[in-house]
Amino acid sequence: MIPELILTTIVRALAVGTPLLWASLGEIYAERSGVVNLGVEGMMILGAFLAFAVAHTTGNPILGLAMAGIVGGLAALIHAFVSITLRANQYVSGLALAMLGLGLAGVLGRAYEGIPLLNTVPEVSGLTFLGVLLAAAMWFVLHHTRPGLILRSTGESPATVDALGIDVTRVRYVAVVFGGILAGVAGGFLSVAYRPSWTEGMTGGMGWIAIAIAIFAGWDPLKAVWGALFFGALYYLSFRLQTWVTPEALRMMPFAFTILVLAVTARNRRGQGAPEALGIPYTSGAR
Amino acid sequence: MRRIGRFQFEPVSAPTGGWTLAVSAGAILAAFLCAGGIFWAFGVSPSRAYATVFLGTLGDARTAPEIVRQTIPLLLCGVGLLVAFRAQFWNIGAEGQLLAGAVAAAGVGLFLPLPPSLTIPAMFLAGCVAGAAWGLLPTLLRLRLEVNEVISTLMMNYIAIFAVEWLIHGPWKGQESRGFAYTDSLPQAAWLGLIPGTRIHWATLAVGLILAGGLAFFLGRTILGFQIRALGQNPAAARYAGIDPLRTTVVAMMISAGAAGLAGVGEVAGIHHKLLAPEQISLGYGYAGIIVAWLARGSPPASILTALLLGLIFTSGDVMKVTLQMPFRVTDIFNGLILFFLIGSERLLQYRVRVRKP
Repeated sequence: MIPELILTTIVRALAVGTPLLWASLGEIYAERSGVVNLGVEGMMILGAFLAFAVAHTTGNPILGLAMAGIVGGLAALIHAFVSITLRANQYVSGLALAMLGLGLAGVLGRAYEGIPLLNTVPEVSGLTFLGVLLAAAMWFVLHHTRPGLILRSTGESPATVDALGIDVTRVRYVAVVFGGILAGVAGGFLSVAYRPSWTEGMTGGMGWIAIAIAIFAGWDPLKAVWGALFFGALYYLSFRLQTWVTPEALRMMPFAFTILVLAVTARNRRGQGAPEALGIPYTSGAR
Repeated sequence: MRRIGRFQFEPVSAPTGGWTLAVSAGAILAAFLCAGGIFWAFGVSPSRAYATVFLGTLGDARTAPEIVRQTIPLLLCGVGLLVAFRAQFWNIGAEGQLLAGAVAAAGVGLFLPLPPSLTIPAMFLAGCVAGAAWGLLPTLLRLRLEVNEVISTLMMNYIAIFAVEWLIHGPWKGQESRGFAYTDSLPQAAWLGLIPGTRIHWATLAVGLILAGGLAFFLGRTILGFQIRALGQNPAAARYAGIDPLRTTVVAMMISAGAAGLAGVGEVAGIHHKLLAPEQISLGYGYAGIIVAWLARGSPPASILTALLLGLIFTSGDVMKVTLQMPFRVTDIFNGLILFFLIGSERLLQYRVRVRKP
C-alpha cells in the first residue's frame, strides 16, 4: 500500500504542481525585473474562466489555454502600466489586480457555473513536461544569455542598465506581461484539465502560494520545480489523508506550510536574496 | 513643469486638501464609469444599474441604515490597517484577524460563565486580544527572519478560514443546528443592542469612531505615534534616531490586528449571534479595509468617510444581487477598480494645476 501511495502521490503532485509551477515561473521573471506582481490569483482566475468559456463554446481546450494566456498577459499589462509607467505602489496595484480578476471572473463566469466540459486536456500532460522544460529554458536564459543578464541587472540596478542605453521600462513591461501569460495558462490548466469545470473562486489561494514558491525558490526557475512538486504533494495528501485527519486541518496544510517553509528558508537566503531593486519604481535621472 | 493645452502642471511638495479631495473624487468617478462598461458587457444597462443601486440604497429608508451597518467592520479594519501601513507594514491579514476576533467573541459568549453585565466587555476584550494574537506571528517573522508579511498575513487568512470551518463542523457544532454548520445561539446577554428598526449595533460603531479619533491623536501627538510615522517614512533614519523598529512595528501591528478583531466581535455579537461560515461572518471586510485605509491617505478621521463609501459599495452589492441577479462578487470589481484609479492618480498630487490665461 505504501509504494502505491508514494507513486500516486508523485503523479498527483505533478498534476497539482503544474499550475503552481507555471504561475511561479512567471512571477520569478517579473520579480527578477524588479516588479512584484501580487495579482497572480486574479490573473489565474481570469485565465481559468476564459479557458473554460472558450473550451466550452468552441470545443477546443487548447484554444482555451491560449486565450487564458492572452487574458493573463492583458491583466498583467494593467499592473505594468500602473506600477511601471505611473510608478504607483506595486503591492497595492497587485492587490487591486487580484480583486478585479476575482470580481470579473465571478460576475462574467456565472453563466458557466456547473457545466461539465466534454473535451479536456489530460491532467499530467504536455503542460507538465512543458512546464519543466520551460523552467530549464528560463534558467538557462537567465544565467547564460545576454537578455537574461539584462533582466537580472534590471532587477538589481536599473540605473546601471539605463546608463548602458537599455530601456528599463521596456524590459520590465516584457517581464511582467510574460509573467501574466504564464499565470493565465496556469489558471486555464485548472479549468480545462485539473478540474474540467468552472466554479467561482476555483483557484482557492493557489496564486498566493505560487508567489511564495518564487520567494523560497530564491527566484531560481529550476528550484521552483521542486517547490511546485512539494506543494503539489501537499495538496494531494491533504485530500488523501482525510480518513485519518479532519478535512479542515488538512486543507489548512498548504497555507500553514507556506509560512513554515518561508520561515525555515529565510535564514539561508540572507545575502543572496531578493533582487535589490524589487518593488521600487524606477525614475530615469533621479537619484 | 508640464503643459497640456492651457493647463500648466507645477511640482509641489505637499498637495492642498482641496486638490487631494478633487483627485480622489475623480478617481472614484472614473472607477464607477469603468465599472459601468463592465455592466454593459454583462448585459445590464449601466444607467439602469446605477439607478437601481441608488434607489435601492440611499433612496430607500429601509436599506439606507444598512450602509452604516456595513461601515462598522470596514471602519474598524480600515482604521487599524492605516496605522500598520503608516509603519510600512503590509498587513493583508485583517480578514483573518477579524475571524480570530469573531471566534474569541463566540467562545466567550458560549462557554464562559460570566455575570451578564460582564459578558459583552469580556467579548470585546477577548476579540481584540485574539485578533492581535493572530497578527503577532507574521509580525515577528518579518522582524526576526525577514519573511514577507504580505504572503504570511494572507496565509493566516486562509488558516483562519479553515479553523472556523473546523470549529463549526466539529467541536463547536450546535445542538440545535440540526444539519447546518454553525454553533448554538449566544445567550441574550451576549447580544449587542441595535438602533431600533436597523441592524446598526451602536456600541461597535462607537468603538470605531472613538478609535478613529484616538488614533488621530496617537499618530499626531504622541511619541510612539511619531515613531511609527518616522519608521514608515525612513526606516534607516528612524534607526539612527534610536527608534526600536521591533517594538514600534509590533505596537502598530497590534493596533491594526486588534482593531480587526473588534470588527469580528461586532459581527458575531451584533448581527449573527453565533459563529457561522467564515464567508458569512465577513463579506471581505478585511480586504476592503485596505481600500478604506489607502483612500483615507493616512488620516484616521478621513477613514470614517472612506469606510462609509465602501459601506455604500457593499450595500450596493446586496441590492444588485437581489434586483439585477448579479453575483455579490461585483463588489470586488468596484474595489479593484477604485484601488487602481486611486494609486494611478497619485502622481497628480505632486503637481499643482494652473490655468494659463490665453
